[in-house]
Amino acid sequence: MENVKDIVLDYVKQEYLEDGDDREIKYDTALITGGFVDSFSMVSLKVFLETKYNISIPDDKATPEAFDSVNNIVDLLKGFGVN
Amino acid sequence: MSYPQDIRSIYGTQLDELRKQGIFKEERAIFSPQNADIEVEFPIGSAQKKEINMCANNYLGLSSHPDVIKAAHEGLDSRGYGMSSVRFICGTQDIHKTLEHRLTEFLGTEDTILFPSCMDANAGVFEAVLTEQDVMIADRLVHASIVDGMRLCKAHQDTYKHSDMAHLEDKLKLHQDKRVRLIITDGSFSMDGDLAKLDKIVELAEKYNAMVFVDDSHASGFIGKTGRGTHEHCGVVGKIDIITTTLGKALGGASGGCVSGRKEIVEMCRQKGRPYLFSNTVAPVVVSGALAVLDIISKTTERRDKLERNTAFWRKGLTEAGLIIKDGETPIVPVMLFNAKLSQDFAKTLYDDGIYAVGFFFPVVPKGQARIRTQLSAGHEIHHLEKALAAFTNAGKKFGILGKTKQEIIDMYGM
Repeated sequence: MENVKDIVLDYVKQEYLEDGDDREIKYDTALITGGFVDSFSMVSLKVFLETKYNISIPDDKATPEAFDSVNNIVDLLKGFGVN
Repeated sequence: MSYPQDIRSIYGTQLDELRKQGIFKEERAIFSPQNADIEVEFPIGSAQKKEINMCANNYLGLSSHPDVIKAAHEGLDSRGYGMSSVRFICGTQDIHKTLEHRLTEFLGTEDTILFPSCMDANAGVFEAVLTEQDVMIADRLVHASIVDGMRLCKAHQDTYKHSDMAHLEDKLKLHQDKRVRLIITDGSFSMDGDLAKLDKIVELAEKYNAMVFVDDSHASGFIGKTGRGTHEHCGVVGKIDIITTTLGKALGGASGGCVSGRKEIVEMCRQKGRPYLFSNTVAPVVVSGALAVLDIISKTTERRDKLERNTAFWRKGLTEAGLIIKDGETPIVPVMLFNAKLSQDFAKTLYDDGIYAVGFFFPVVPKGQARIRTQLSAGHEIHHLEKALAAFTNAGKKFGILGKTKQEIIDMYGM
């Protein structure tokens, strides 16, 4: 079964890379400060995580830092019991 | 009052950081009415210089049109300078109602409400009509004022890739459990100059039971055969539930905006739209000028037709000169330079050559997509555009980018 890290990574690639964008995204790639995800479109990532794992991430936890890499997101999810 | 040195230094440090990053904004003082030919002082305090303006939102050249100025004078004389009130207390004159009615007719909607600006319209409309049971699904390149308005609203938020209809469809499927789905897009995107696929968006809205919101600020008055906007261009007049637009661009260029659309939604804005309720009425002089603008553009399409010809001339000229522009058909024509510093240096060279245009770079546009955004006007004559083309060509030669590909420019200057 695919682990959480790979599920999040696959989603990020599919959701935020345009067709023909061959930039590489890894587990530790900076998503927001690296220019892949902006603070506005970050809401889609939150919607995905909440829907996929049936959780509710409060605004004070859904910070640009918490969403800035797949590793950070996985750490955030651990706080909601998602491993 | 307490403003000690340590507080002052907090802001001083932040401002220094903006300067260091090269993103500190400086105003240019213009000593003439808004026109194709302007007199500019930049930096403020330096000598005034005659420039051809290639960056105003004055698409129809009506900002200084004699009929508009005359009507504004008459409005000033007959209705006064200000109303010293919000609309619902004692700030509504007959001319405000007339303008709302005229905009409704022009846009082909059911009703219209004026706001002090389109920024205010976008800031107020979502909160007035949506609740936490609903969802807003926005194109990722919508204007900042829409982003702010969405953030003020309790409804769920989601986004779709720019103009990607398959992605929008995925999101509409995902949110079928919500009470109201509102698709949100600009009509004409202000940084890239492309148009929303409103025909496809309306199809999806009908299929998935969603409403459609369009900010047509960069389209009202000149996009579409008779200038009604992007909905006319795409053949969906009457099918857009909410249109916001501005009087501050093609429609006279002064100030003011509106929400136009379904009558219940407009009425909800009148009851609950906070920028409408708590901010001053649009000044009578502006309302009078805007009515004259609607008279002019309802009688003839001459100005939008001229703008279309100017746009075709400009796009062809830049392409033939070997510069890279964003494809499209609107009078917003971005000349792509990719590198932030190059965009600033290029703009400075143009300014020295008598052409006023501004470079845009991250965070206004994505990293690596720095550009000079040029904007055409019906106020431009061919001689203005020929001079501007010569200046762009000279600057292109100076920086060695004519005929170069995107990758070649990036190799020379970096992202």
